[in-house]
Amino acid sequence: MKTTFNLNGKTVQVETLSDATLLWTLRDHLGLTGTKYGCGEALCGACTVHLDGMAVRSCTTPMSMVTNRSVTTIEGLSNDNSHPLQKAWIEEQVPQCGYCQSGQIMQAAALLQNNSHPTREQILAQMNGVICRCGTYTRIVRAIERTAQNL
Amino acid sequence: MESAKTIIPKISRRKFLVGAGGFTFLITTGVIWPKLSAENKTANDGTITAWVHLQPDGKVIIYNPAAEMGQGSMTALPVLIAEEMDVDWSMVIIENSPIIPEIYGSRGFRGGKSMITVGSRAVSGYYEILRQAGAQARYVLLYNAAQKWNVPIQELTTDAGVVIHKSSGKKMLYGEIAEFAKSPDKIPKIPKEQMKQPGQFRLIGKNIPRCDIPGKVNGSAIFAIDIQLPDMVYGAISRTPVNGARPVNVLNKDSIMEIDGVIDLVTLEHGVGVIANSIETAFKAKKQLHIQWSEGAKAANYNSVEAFEKYENMAGDASIKGNVIKDEGNITNALQNAEKTYSSDYKNDFAYHAQIEPLNAVVSVAPDGSSAELWVGSQAPVSARRAAAQALGIAETKVEIHPCYLGGGFGRRSMSGYVSEAALLAKRAGKPLKLVWTREDDIAYGAFRPMSVQRMQAGVDKSGNIVGWSHIVVGTGGRLMTSGVNTLFYTFPNQHIEMRNVDEGVRTKHWRAVGHGPNKFAIEAFIDEIAADQKIDPVEIRKRLMKNHPRALKVLETAAKMANWGTPPPPGRGRGIAFAERSGSLTAGVCELSVDRNSGRIQVHNFWVALDAGVVIQPDNVLAQSEGSIIFGLSSVLSESLTFKKGKVQQSNFHDYNVMRIADAPENIEIKIIPSNERPSGVGEAALPFVGGAVSNAFANLTGIRLRHIPFTPDKVLEALSS
Repeated sequence: MKTTFNLNGKTVQVETLSDATLLWTLRDHLGLTGTKYGCGEALCGACTVHLDGMAVRSCTTPMSMVTNRSVTTIEGLSNDNSHPLQKAWIEEQVPQCGYCQSGQIMQAAALLQNNSHPTREQILAQMNGVICRCGTYTRIVRAIERTAQNL
Repeated sequence: MESAKTIIPKISRRKFLVGAGGFTFLITTGVIWPKLSAENKTANDGTITAWVHLQPDGKVIIYNPAAEMGQGSMTALPVLIAEEMDVDWSMVIIENSPIIPEIYGSRGFRGGKSMITVGSRAVSGYYEILRQAGAQARYVLLYNAAQKWNVPIQELTTDAGVVIHKSSGKKMLYGEIAEFAKSPDKIPKIPKEQMKQPGQFRLIGKNIPRCDIPGKVNGSAIFAIDIQLPDMVYGAISRTPVNGARPVNVLNKDSIMEIDGVIDLVTLEHGVGVIANSIETAFKAKKQLHIQWSEGAKAANYNSVEAFEKYENMAGDASIKGNVIKDEGNITNALQNAEKTYSSDYKNDFAYHAQIEPLNAVVSVAPDGSSAELWVGSQAPVSARRAAAQALGIAETKVEIHPCYLGGGFGRRSMSGYVSEAALLAKRAGKPLKLVWTREDDIAYGAFRPMSVQRMQAGVDKSGNIVGWSHIVVGTGGRLMTSGVNTLFYTFPNQHIEMRNVDEGVRTKHWRAVGHGPNKFAIEAFIDEIAADQKIDPVEIRKRLMKNHPRALKVLETAAKMANWGTPPPPGRGRGIAFAERSGSLTAGVCELSVDRNSGRIQVHNFWVALDAGVVIQPDNVLAQSEGSIIFGLSSVLSESLTFKKGKVQQSNFHDYNVMRIADAPENIEIKIIPSNERPSGVGEAALPFVGGAVSNAFANLTGIRLRHIPFTPDKVLEALSS
């Protein structure tokens, strides 16, 4: 199956199996490995990317749903750590093992796109789908609040 | 401060030894060889160490010997070298060292040199080794500058990357020395007095940004699962659902082989592997495998929920003689003669590591089968390399290992079974192969923190002093269950500690702080039960028990003060305190929580924590590790439960194995590091063991009801509240 879509600002065409998911297509066909596999069932959020600006779990997003739409991955947010969230993530020294952090940042980016000054409760509600096993949650909240303050 | 740059994980041993010009410090029992090349035979005798490479442009490459799994030692360890070498940190580039334990190891558990990253020992294990290496590297620079200027070495000093001759005003950058450096015949061991004293540290104790973080916020950090090789194929394995059973037959082999993209099936001891041309096809085919398994595995009749009753009976069966861990004084007499005695059982379920990167490894075998390369995130790279070599039937020296970042370790990645699997599949494939476990595989064939029953008994005298203390641990998991069972800072005149183990045939393993979690929960909750009955304040009773240990007292009192202990908590909230030690670090935590009496959900509002970990290399990272430990601990205390039925794990993914999510995390965590000049102790797990006791004690403070079975899930809380 051939799918054409916009990936991080560029039009791409990719040939996959008909039941391929966005996650493995990004990782194994398009070489963007910043998006991670964690559970395969949209339960952990490590694979979170943006589809037309909305946070989605790429592990359960079929390629058929992506046709002619826009996908943004962590690599598309910025590759030089210039995005305000990336700066805040470094400033607060958020990541530990780092494996979930692409998903955390993409989820946070979608949150701030829709609500530039979220309350603590809104942050918790929006971020609750992305698990961090190392336990960086307090710093994630701080980094989002720091970013929102500077927006 | 500028952060160091990172290059990971491409360095190969050969490349490393040849070097890219410049000056590599290779130190062996007092001798150094500059510009070591592959032809230099002395380099291969196995006794050298080589920590620093200095480039003419002044860049200093420092080699990190430990696995980086989020604990930050990849930055903290090079800081130790840079401190004593007196390097300008902005010039530092950190690379992973080759996996050569004879050179890069620290003292292992069995006395030999080891490169295993476990038990929060990276910084404490390397503290002296790396400071010495840094001091010796600095000596070589001074030696060369002294020769060049023809002045006595004693007249030279250094300042952040510059050698200085004060009386003449001469200065030389480290990079300039790299151009002409020669090795002295012998490098002395630098005595402790000539190394920096804590007051002189420029890097230790400051907050240096972790070198791995920039790559972890833009997706460029490389985990083993991210490795892509030309012509690579993919593997997935259907493993036995009951540990110990073997695959007898694949009943639908033909239809599996007909799936487009399936290349081969491989029968292993414990499962059947699928090799396919994409990971999704490998997963799909694996799921469809219909395997007949052998009968009669030991674990096949194991039901973990029912096992509690058996363990409780065993705890009270005087005819059972378990492993006596401690027996001091006379516990029988002490309990018989006590003014009052107490007895309580505490329990905990199995816990799963749930590291977010499922196990995986990439293996590429040379066409002639004589050598191989391995990409893996491992806490135990030496054993991982050995596992690959054994699976392939080649020498360990023929396997080149490329350590990658670990997407969580927590003890799980100290095992190497997944590497053997990848090697076996790669051998069959004849092509580079990436093996990936699905989340379901990772749980079903996990290796868990053991479940246990803890039978606590104590006797007190007329003043409420605990004169007898008995702690019997019963469960499956052997010595994993007994870490933390000793109360190193509480004095009991008579005590008995014993472990009664049943081998149920299920897989168990170290898990962040392992036995310390359940044991400190039982100890700290039981002390509060006694204190409550004796009407002694929980802080006071602990102060009496640890009165001979000033460091412990300071930690306890600091946490109590942070929490305003002695003032009542806000309405609707309870407070509880607990103390623990782990990997040499002392911790105390006060938990403040509330409970929703309709849902049974516990919400932790505040955790105030004091920590004494000796000299702290990276204070902010110590806070991060402590925050993580508290949340990891709370997760196991409030929600994590893994159970077996007929030997099969009953949970399958994050919908039924509940790890803590952000909305359930404490609203506020405050941690105070006690200043200390003692040598560093471990911090990766130190703030976990007190969590269970602090939560149970806070809940009892709020409700008068004692929770004794981890995890305190809403259903258990409701049941307790209604009883």
